[in-house]
Amino acid sequence: MRLRISPMSFTRRGLLQGLAALGISPPAFAAEPEPIAFDSLYKSFGVLGFQFSDRVTSLRGQEVRINGYMAPPLKPESRFFVLTREPLAICPFCQSDADWPVDIVVIFMKEETPLVSAGRKVAVTGRLEIGSATDAETGFVSQIRLVDASFRVA
Amino acid sequence: MQAQRLLMMAVAATLAGAAPAVAQTIYPIDRAEILEGSHFDFKVEFPDAPASADVNVTVNGKPAAEIFGRQTTFMQNEEGQKHSAMWLRGASLPAGRYVVEATQGSNKSTVAWEVFSTPARRAKNVILFVGDGFSIAHRTAARIMSKGLKEGRYGGELAIDDMPNMALISTSGSDSVVTDSANAAHAYTTGHKSCVNALGVYCAKNALTLDHPKVETISEVIRRRNKMAIGVVTNAEIEDATPASMVAHTRRRSDYNDIVKMFLDVKPDVIMGGGSPNFLPKATNGSKRTDDLDAIAKFKEAGYSVATSKTEMNAAVSGGAKKLLGLYNTGNIDGAFDLRLAKKGTISKFPDQPDVVEQTKAALEMLKGNEDGFFLMVESARIDKYSHSLDWERAVFDTIMLDNAVKAAKDFAGERNDTLIIVVADHAHPVSLIGSYNDDRPGQLLRDKLGVYQDSVVPNYGPRDADGYPTDVNTSHRLAVVFGTYPDTCDTGRPYMDGERVPAVAGAEKNTYVANEKDCTAPMAVRKQGNLPFESNSGVHAADDVVLTAMGPGAEKFRGHKPNTYVFRVMAEALALGGK
Repeated sequence: MRLRISPMSFTRRGLLQGLAALGISPPAFAAEPEPIAFDSLYKSFGVLGFQFSDRVTSLRGQEVRINGYMAPPLKPESRFFVLTREPLAICPFCQSDADWPVDIVVIFMKEETPLVSAGRKVAVTGRLEIGSATDAETGFVSQIRLVDASFRVA
Repeated sequence: MQAQRLLMMAVAATLAGAAPAVAQTIYPIDRAEILEGSHFDFKVEFPDAPASADVNVTVNGKPAAEIFGRQTTFMQNEEGQKHSAMWLRGASLPAGRYVVEATQGSNKSTVAWEVFSTPARRAKNVILFVGDGFSIAHRTAARIMSKGLKEGRYGGELAIDDMPNMALISTSGSDSVVTDSANAAHAYTTGHKSCVNALGVYCAKNALTLDHPKVETISEVIRRRNKMAIGVVTNAEIEDATPASMVAHTRRRSDYNDIVKMFLDVKPDVIMGGGSPNFLPKATNGSKRTDDLDAIAKFKEAGYSVATSKTEMNAAVSGGAKKLLGLYNTGNIDGAFDLRLAKKGTISKFPDQPDVVEQTKAALEMLKGNEDGFFLMVESARIDKYSHSLDWERAVFDTIMLDNAVKAAKDFAGERNDTLIIVVADHAHPVSLIGSYNDDRPGQLLRDKLGVYQDSVVPNYGPRDADGYPTDVNTSHRLAVVFGTYPDTCDTGRPYMDGERVPAVAGAEKNTYVANEKDCTAPMAVRKQGNLPFESNSGVHAADDVVLTAMGPGAEKFRGHKPNTYVFRVMAEALALGGK
């Protein structure tokens, strides 16, 4: 198996690099995260809705990795945050989820993690969920999510 | 002397103890001008939650119920809060002057209202153009860009300038000196002054955004009184403040999902803009709704054609459609700068969006056949949005677009003399044209390149296209336009060809913003320390007066300085909207 640096955590990445340095082949991970990207989330994107790409649809339920920008959290105590294609800087009247861009990915963290600056790019790993869902705690509606997720600064 | 001082202190302490901390509040507020017969919610809030027996409300000295002809309701501890409320939803009054007094113990609040009647109808149609955030410098820069300037004289007049009547309009709200687009548009569509973020309501103490005391919008008055057709056209999201002010009643402008329902309640005949996700049921990918309402299907059931592109819009018009829901983008429709020059924004995702001029022409085509005339609001929305992002070239291109849309309306109105056309901003931005950048000037810094006074040379923008837009603005001699407010940011002195300017990005500390470093690495970029509060990420509005120009029956009313609510009054008078 080809050595791939995992983005999941510095610890695991360190382990893999350590193993590589020792010349030991890393064990084959069953769920090495598949990379996906904002640019290829959709196969059609129209005014009246959009369709996820075949690749994204086929990865449903699997571990994936995606790069994006962390939007300012809705609530400081929330365990989820919104990942956007571009840094979310111009949003003069952001008061509710109505103001989000359409192509967002919602991230539900495995555990509470101090969030980083919204201007920073992050790499997120988690299990891919697609289809409409409403967060019971906040009422936030999402169409694509990474759950049990973790992130690192990209 | 000492004794007298002590006595006064004792009296003051007694008074402070006896009087409620806040006076009772009456809605509509003092000096409200109310259209005769229009519906409004009457509410009085009493501090400290008194019982009904402990308060008294009179209108012109008589019990409120007698004047309104209906019983009021009283809620002690309204919503569990520390106040009591008297309500009369959906009140209306004949013309006259009304003095409302609310008494609570020794405390009395008084407001006066003028309920105005309207003379015979003079206009068949009214077209209200709102340049959102449209300020004097946008106008001047648009005139230079699209008409040219030579030896101090312009090569032509803008359509928005070439109108017989003009007034200065002041825009402050009931709560603050500087207002926002929700409250500012609400003044035009209801004739009432309210507060920031409010649409079609006064800002009372109610907890829920939809419960505040309502006032009727011009669309609702029209629906109640006559058979006029109604159009709402914007290049913002259709739920955004200005278009929403035609139909909405909410304390919070961001209630987009509720605002879509309010569009369904009023059903303007022509509805065009961006913001489709709030029309889609939540199960649809791309929806922003939290319920299963399929607003697209509801409009289709009500006989609307639905268009999602310029091609579909034009097909609907040539097919004879009289009711159209046109949604051309998930967010805002791209502005003229991106549609024509830069091709950034969302052009790649939505390559067939109409601009405001094309939308205006289509709307006029659909509305003009209506026998009882029409009321059309057209907004060029991104003058404001691009001014927030300090991207003045994009703001000025959308000012030229506004001018072209007004030209289309003037072509329609022609010699008919039955159409009142009003062109106005809802509020200003602190923006000014202060010279020109000249790359040929000596020096290595951006400020070396700035020519002021005799060195402010006329720009050498590329030749203008048929619609009056320069075909190149990234030239060696460029206008220098500055904004009076900014977060920490980097100025480049050049147009942003790679997409709308992002002046600041979020900082490490929550609710703080720092300069967008992408701009700071541009040649000659100047780092500026922000002059706004740290939580501001973009420029803010100004309280400066805005210019209104007008033509057609009723336009002669516009002169001197007027409050923004006066615009509603002139339109209501021209259309004779007063009366039962």
